[in-house]
Formats: sequence, structure tokens, C-alpha cells
Amino acid sequence: MATLHTVNKSPFERNALDTCLRLAKQGSGILFLEDGVYGALKGTAASEKVAKAAGEHKVYVLGPDLAARGMQEDQILDGIQVVDYAGFVDLAAEHDRVNAWL
Amino acid sequence: MKFGILVNEGPYTHEASDSALQFTRAALAKGHEVTRVFFYHDGVNNGTRLGVPPQDDRNITREWSSLAKEHELDLVVCIAAAQRRGLLDADEAKRHGKDADNIAEGFRISGLGQLIEVAIQADRLMVFGD
Amino acid sequence: MSITKRLMYVNRRAPYGTIYALESLEVVLIGAAFEQDVSLAFVDDGVYQLVKGQNTTGIGVKNFSPAYAALGDYDVKKIYIEKESLDQRGLSMDDLQHLTWEDENEDYAEKESMHLVSREELADLLEEQDVVFSF
Repeated sequence: MATLHTVNKSPFERNALDTCLRLAKQGSGILFLEDGVYGALKGTAASEKVAKAAGEHKVYVLGPDLAARGMQEDQILDGIQVVDYAGFVDLAAEHDRVNAWL
Repeated sequence: MKFGILVNEGPYTHEASDSALQFTRAALAKGHEVTRVFFYHDGVNNGTRLGVPPQDDRNITREWSSLAKEHELDLVVCIAAAQRRGLLDADEAKRHGKDADNIAEGFRISGLGQLIEVAIQADRLMVFGD
Repeated sequence: MSITKRLMYVNRRAPYGTIYALESLEVVLIGAAFEQDVSLAFVDDGVYQLVKGQNTTGIGVKNFSPAYAALGDYDVKKIYIEKESLDQRGLSMDDLQHLTWEDENEDYAEKESMHLVSREELADLLEEQDVVFSF
């Protein structure tokens, strides 16, 4: 009965990621999209907590939003999987519900 | 699988409507059903036909309209949110004594009940917003 | 409609700064007619929606906070407040409106609608839903 959580905000601007991580049950899926993709990067002030989250949940990042922002896949934290929109649809279908942390 | 899509933001200011479009296209391409796309809050502004974006940019409203035509999508603009923001169809314009309507092809104006209904009927509700 | 689903509205926005709180409440009130298993969660700045003593005369915007008191009449009687969000903002339940509902099966006895929940309890509740609305 796992939930797919989506986070579309930069962790440096809003608390959507923090709230998501506070309320996501272990083993949830978490997808970063739009400005949320900045949360998936190595070497930022948010990297440590996101790396920890990647150990407790399945974390994904939307490739088209990453590419649009000039970010390369080698900048992504280990344990985070890049998906395209087809992959996003699959994730939404595979989980029991989708919870958007706007 | 049946998807309901909720769009909470207007075009261009936020990426929400673009994301919703891409998701809807991808879901349809995989053979899923998109039962309804519901536009709420400033999302109702996706439904104006009077937008004239620069020629080298996408026309989000037109993209929704053509996707709706191609796949017989039900694009519903919330009536209460639309009235607040000046998005009218011919009937609404007449009813409120306005001199013009502005709803784009393929969109229709209806009540919030349409959102609750699709949330109940669809297998997943996808929310795109700010 | 015969299907009953568990619908939770997650409120994370403060009132007045943006329209989300008001228009979310409008969805809840319209949605009540569908007789689903409805609950509301107030998280993050959403807890500010329920703060007592709102007075909007100086900003020229309608004060919609009295409308929350009507939720019980609409059979919306599961209202969850996340404790961590209150704590972060230096608030307690005493700072919030007290929302109740009347139980017609017990001679209209007034019953509690407000439930203070921990992050773990709220996480469990979220996991029990069929649909989570966020605006």
C-alpha cells in the first residue's frame, strides 16, 4: 500500500521536501519534478538528508526537468533513479495513491 | 488505468500546466484513460482562447485543445474559480451581462462536483500545482 | 454514486496570502454532498487557517474563517492537526477554533472534530486514503 510522493519545489525555497520526508512512510516512492529536481543533486545543503531518504525510500527524479535546468545525470546523488514521463506514469500506476507536496 | 488530472495553476507562470500536459500525453501513449482534466484556482486561465504567446513559444491552451480533440478528453474549468477570474463561455457571458466570452475550444465550464466525481471514479488523481 | 472512497484534503497554506485555503474549503463543502469518507489535515502553514480571532477588515478581504465551524453540519468531522506543525509555529490547540459536530444518534450531543496527531499518526492516516487532495 505504498504512496508515490511528488515534490516540485526547490528545497532551498520551500519546505515541501522537508514535509514530504517527515510524513512519508518508509518504503514510499518519492519523485522530484519541476524545481524539485534541485533536491536530487550532489554537493548541496540538502544532499545529506536526501541521500539518507534514498536509503529509506525509492527516490526518482524527472529527467526532462533535470535536462531543462542544465543538470547532468552524473550530478545526481547515488541511489536516485532518473525517469522520463513514461516512467512517471508507470510510477503513478504502480503505487496505490499519489500525494503531491506542492 | 483511469487517471484524473487536477491543474491548480495557470499557463506560463508555473510549470504545472506543462507538467500536466506531458503527463497526460504520456499516460495516453501508454494506453491509459484520462477520465477528466479539471482546472481549478488560477488553472482556469488555461482555458482562455485569447492568449497570444510569442510564435517561438508553446501555446499551452492550444495544446490542451488539440489533445482534447484527438483523444476526446474532458477538459473542465471550475465555474466558481472561472467567474472570479473572468473566464466565461457564451452562456455564462449572457447570464452575467458580459459583452464577450473567452473559453477555448474543447474546454467546458462546470461545477466543483466534477472534481470530486473524477476523484471517486478514477484510479489515481494527479495534482499539478504550485 | 455507490462507491465510497477515503478522501483527505491536506491543507498546507496560510489564509489570505494566497487563495488556496479559501478555494480548498469550497471544494470540501461541495464535496460533502458526495457522502464519501472525508477528512481534513492541517499541516505546515495550514494550521494558521484555524487560528482564532481573524479580522480582515483592514485588508478588504472576506473573513472566511467562520465557515470552518459549519464543517460539522456538512458531516465533515475528522479534522487532524499535526502537532509538529503547531509546535514549529509556537501554537497550541487553544489558539485554534474549536470545531465540533452534532451526533443525531445521541440526541445531537456535541462531539469533537479536532484531533491533534503526531507526524507518525498523520503518516499512517495518509497511507489509509484512496485520494489525497492538495491545493
